[in-house]
Amino acid sequence: MSSTTVIELANDITNAFAEITRIGPSMLPLRQAGLDRFKRSGFPTTNEEDWRFTSLKPFTEIPFEIMTDSGEQLLDQAILDEIAFSQHDTDNLVFIDGHFSDQLSQISDQPEGVTVSNLASAFDIIDNKIGLLSGKDENPLIALNDAFFTDGAWIHIPANHSLSKPVHLVFLSTAKKDGQASHSRNLIIAESNAKGTIIESHISLGHAAASTNVVTESQLEDGSNLEHIKLQDQSPQSIHLASLHSNLGKEARYAFHSFALGAQLSRNNLRMNLAKPGIDCMLNGLYMTRGSQLADHHMIVNHAAPHCDSHEYFNGILYDQSRGVFHGRILVQPEAQKTDAKQTNKNLILSEEATVNTKPQLEIYADDVKCTHGATIGELDKDAIFYLRARGLDTKAAQQMLMHGFTGEIVDRIQHNAIREELNELVWSRLENEHNLN
Amino acid sequence: MLEIKNLKARIEEKEILKGINLSVNNGEVHAIMGPNGSGKSTLASVLAGREGYDITDGEVFLRGNDILELSPEERAREGVFLAFQYPVEIPGVNSTYFLRSAVNQVRKHRGEEELDAMNFLKLVKAKMKELELAEEFLKRPVNAGFSGGEKKRNEILQMTMLNPSLAVLDETDSGLDIDALRIVADGVNRIKNQNNAQIVITHYQRLLDYIVPDFVHVLYDGRIIKSGDKTLAHDLEEKGYDWLIKNA
Repeated sequence: MSSTTVIELANDITNAFAEITRIGPSMLPLRQAGLDRFKRSGFPTTNEEDWRFTSLKPFTEIPFEIMTDSGEQLLDQAILDEIAFSQHDTDNLVFIDGHFSDQLSQISDQPEGVTVSNLASAFDIIDNKIGLLSGKDENPLIALNDAFFTDGAWIHIPANHSLSKPVHLVFLSTAKKDGQASHSRNLIIAESNAKGTIIESHISLGHAAASTNVVTESQLEDGSNLEHIKLQDQSPQSIHLASLHSNLGKEARYAFHSFALGAQLSRNNLRMNLAKPGIDCMLNGLYMTRGSQLADHHMIVNHAAPHCDSHEYFNGILYDQSRGVFHGRILVQPEAQKTDAKQTNKNLILSEEATVNTKPQLEIYADDVKCTHGATIGELDKDAIFYLRARGLDTKAAQQMLMHGFTGEIVDRIQHNAIREELNELVWSRLENEHNLN
Repeated sequence: MLEIKNLKARIEEKEILKGINLSVNNGEVHAIMGPNGSGKSTLASVLAGREGYDITDGEVFLRGNDILELSPEERAREGVFLAFQYPVEIPGVNSTYFLRSAVNQVRKHRGEEELDAMNFLKLVKAKMKELELAEEFLKRPVNAGFSGGEKKRNEILQMTMLNPSLAVLDETDSGLDIDALRIVADGVNRIKNQNNAQIVITHYQRLLDYIVPDFVHVLYDGRIIKSGDKTLAHDLEEKGYDWLIKNA
């Protein structure tokens, strides 16, 4: 990046900052610190190891405009009925361009003590909790989010409580102009032995090269159990930047599923800290890209305590000139004996021009551990296709069955039955459409 | 049922089948034996339509129709079934879903009504019981993580469900213990009737104690060098192949 660009961007950003500070005055110190950090660092470039395969140029080369208002007036309930999971019995928190929509959201009676609300309504109570888990991360996009976030979900499940139904966080983008940016912030706290299912959907209604930059912090205390399903299905022009920062307590269980289907450029940073013994942490993901899409999952799983299991399973299906990036770093600290860490990344490349960069990285400082990793990049298995044809299926049906199986490996790990079924159908219909075109 | 005339096939530049002639009638079981590398598995693959073989000469008729021009799926629908020597593992593809798709493809082709989920399950569960396969098999991905014996029994289950007119069993006995061998053989014997035929490719005579062949053929260097009745298999067990090869 040339120095001129930095100054121009900084001007853009400084102007935008003046507008944002009217949201949540108690957030000002956090915002100011974020802005200062971002001014020092600027956007990451491909010279940095963590961004080697993913250039942010599509994001940095467009103007920067904060969406200080939401496009809520354009929307009615009918739009919500169209989106995935809307037919299930869930509580919905709806955010339009990063702003909470009271009108479209719907919260039923969750058990007493459970909080399901928007973050901005609770700024004064939780201002000291925001940034606790993400604060040490040097990723400039977090600094940018600190400076500019407007709203997001605030979910608090007290000890020994459960969400009575899944909570669906719906992030809609109505952006019509290139460069319009929304920054959302989620905070999830599950106290000891708390349970719940959270769905996070990111959808765009427009076709502009607009960006979403979302930071989620989740604190899972001892014995808590959270399933978190993320569906990123934005328009193929949009830019989706996300980071998840989790801290897990003793015997906590966290299953995080990432479905990256949309966006021109998507990047999911996943930062899991396994702080206490007996944790089970699963990161499970599927990316399906076509055209010039790029889907990047970049994770660091820090085993800081003994007897923890972590599993990372990521499958990708790539068409056209699209790209997939998988970076899985597993760090096993000296005290983390009896760690069981598994990592697989499988890729189906269905075009000669598609590419995948996969980078497993195991750093092990304990001696009594089990760590495995494997990555494959290839076409559909020819022997398997012949096997299916020899049973009467035609080539196309055989290919579809194999692809369905490939996605099924990931989808089947979703524990919530109805959500799993719906994602299975959604992924399957995409594949069928996609494959008919090819 | 099956008429193979002067069949020649090569892989790249190497000729593997050098003129096979074989006639199989309805209701017959034929065993094909022979040393490693003689072309047994190639013959099975060519009959099923596997790609990568160059058919340079000859004809293969199934009930009077030349099948060499047909795709593997068309042959399967016409009633050819190959029990694979190495059944392929297909992670993520549910066994029930796979088998029901296959059965319904074949039924549709035969002009029979497709089976709905319930009728299919009823039928498959009954067949699985005969093959001593646990019902949880249906929930597992096709062959994924199956033991060698489970994979072979799964092949027989598929054969039973598809009810082929010509079944070709490619070393289905290899790697089976004696109990599994008996289960597999029982499965083959159960589908046997006057309107179908089986070709059993094997290294060992012991399978033929359970599946009694009407004819035994010795394949060597791409040709059938000797044919006889079931006593030929016993001779081979005793004397090996050398006495035949010397005369060939």
